[in-house]
Amino acid sequence: MTLLQVRDLVKHYRSAGLFRAPGPPVRAVDGVSFDLAPGETLALVGESGCGKSSVGRTILRLQEPTSGSAVFDGVDLFSLDRAALRRTRRRMQIIFQDPYSSLNPRMKVGSAVAEGIEIHRLARGAEVGRRVAALLEEVGLDPGYADRYPHEFSGGQRQRIGIARALAVEPAFIVCDEPVSALDVSVQAQVLNLLADLQRDRGLSYLFIAHDLAVVRQLARRIAVMYLGRIVEEGAAQSVLTRPHHPYTVALLSAVPEPDPGRRRSRIVLTGDVPSPSTPPSGCPFHTRCWHPGRNERCTRERPTLRIVGGTSAACHYAEETPLPEGVGAPGGASTSSLA
Amino acid sequence: MTSVLEVQDLKISFPVEGGGRMFPVDGVSFSLDRGETLALVGESGCGKSLTSLALLRLVPPPGRIEPGSAIRLGDTEVLDLEGEALRRIRGKRIGMIFQDPMTSLNPVFTVGDQISEGVRAHLPVSRREARDRALHLLQEVGIPDPVSRLDAYPHQLSGGMRQRVMIAIALSAEPEILVADEPTTALDVTVQAQILEVLDRLRASRGMAVLLITHDLGIVAGRADRVAVMYAGQIVEEARTAMLFARPSHPYTQGLFASMPRLYGPVERLRPIRGSVPRPSAWPSGCRFRPRCPQAFAQSETMPPLLPLGPEHRMRCWLAETERS
Repeated sequence: MTLLQVRDLVKHYRSAGLFRAPGPPVRAVDGVSFDLAPGETLALVGESGCGKSSVGRTILRLQEPTSGSAVFDGVDLFSLDRAALRRTRRRMQIIFQDPYSSLNPRMKVGSAVAEGIEIHRLARGAEVGRRVAALLEEVGLDPGYADRYPHEFSGGQRQRIGIARALAVEPAFIVCDEPVSALDVSVQAQVLNLLADLQRDRGLSYLFIAHDLAVVRQLARRIAVMYLGRIVEEGAAQSVLTRPHHPYTVALLSAVPEPDPGRRRSRIVLTGDVPSPSTPPSGCPFHTRCWHPGRNERCTRERPTLRIVGGTSAACHYAEETPLPEGVGAPGGASTSSLA
Repeated sequence: MTSVLEVQDLKISFPVEGGGRMFPVDGVSFSLDRGETLALVGESGCGKSLTSLALLRLVPPPGRIEPGSAIRLGDTEVLDLEGEALRRIRGKRIGMIFQDPMTSLNPVFTVGDQISEGVRAHLPVSRREARDRALHLLQEVGIPDPVSRLDAYPHQLSGGMRQRVMIAIALSAEPEILVADEPTTALDVTVQAQILEVLDRLRASRGMAVLLITHDLGIVAGRADRVAVMYAGQIVEEARTAMLFARPSHPYTQGLFASMPRLYGPVERLRPIRGSVPRPSAWPSGCRFRPRCPQAFAQSETMPPLLPLGPEHRMRCWLAETERS
């Protein structure tokens, strides 16, 4: 069963300046497809500028897509008019990295959480207050906080408020856009546990957008790795993390600083920076930084597509031969039972 | 080992609205040996960044370093210096890099000018020699095509390249100590790996001591010789890195490890520390971790000193008295 089906999603931004002729478009998202099942978490992982946030925002139509389709519970999201879009948005919510910027500083926490309930007429009168109190409690906040303002809260508490606000309209699907990356590690753990609990209790689906693979692993059963607007590898979290086949995924894994001085690892340090998404390299977009020993002239000409190699799908001509350096991945595949 | 830096009982205070002072850094002591990397680790508000600013006497007013604190750089007491003598310490003996290089680079001068300026401020060289040195430094921090980058402006460089330029500037006067305050926090993980490699290489080739300020225990694992964990303005545990990771002993350190998602091994539910970090204006009495500590007991109502646990391993917790072996 599929709750959300995304096909060939493209989002290009025109970079026109006031005094400049429009340059080549920025290809933020360049043909992304995936399915999401009810109650499932798919993680979109990648470095800044890879297009992962644009995917989430375009699906919710916070930004208009350039082309492609997104079907949510049988509804074609990209053909909805404003009224229909608003009705559908009740079932799709988003949590941002910085909850403070998405909360009105002059609106009390209770009103912020109640807003969605009132807009969508989910309750009236005293029932609204009761729902707000129950929501605050569900995300681990004192219901008495309803009368306070956002600035009175810490980062972790604000993220809980943002979560309560998203839950207020009883969504089936939430885009979590870097929800814990601004939080200290002790608070980050609290919020990750909360997201796992809410998913279990409410059967939520998450599109979990993050740059931190260890964080992602805590929630997601499936991981899609993005590079320059495309998914370059996708598969079960366990397979992607223990036996990746795309050289970019391998490099990403080897670069994660792990709190274990005993674990011997050979690092693959990529040279250079990510190329500009307005002028992506020809052929394989990763070829300018690739370390794969089998890379050759074909990679500069021919763009590889996602294909099944072992336990994952990878967009690399030579994915079968991608070596796994010592200490990267977990040989033998340690048991990874997801909590989610 | 000869220590190049000794910090003793460092206290930094700020006035509190309505009178009195608060102490965001409250009695921090550590030493740094030549060629060594010491990591100061902690969450936001623990006082780690203020501590590093104090080394260069850059504590922003109305903050002040309290009498009784000592910062000794070899034979020099940094807290006694004024004017020109103080300026010669900054950059010449202690270099510093910050999280966000864009805010510390001047947007209207080229990279080459800014590095040369650093060189000429501290070394008696000609303009031309300074520029040659700048070029050499860019090579040393691994900037590709350094000749053309000399004439680039900061906004023309990526975040990783800017941080390399900052490192080049910090190294321009050949300091004995490099203070790196969250040097890779704003960078992507693959770029972070590049920058950390550069820092490692420079430390080895120059015999420079590095004070690494970070919130990320992952970065510490592969790089620091020793670690000091800070909480609420104090060092709560210190040890050699291997020991700290093998036997984290302070309940706060243990809480940090239990909170961290891991890349390998079974996925388990995280065990976060309850509550949140207290504010400096309201440090709890007794042991400052007591209100959040799962192991707090009657004695925790008295502030513990740093107690020995083993060789070079100490913690600020009364449990050390029973755990010592």
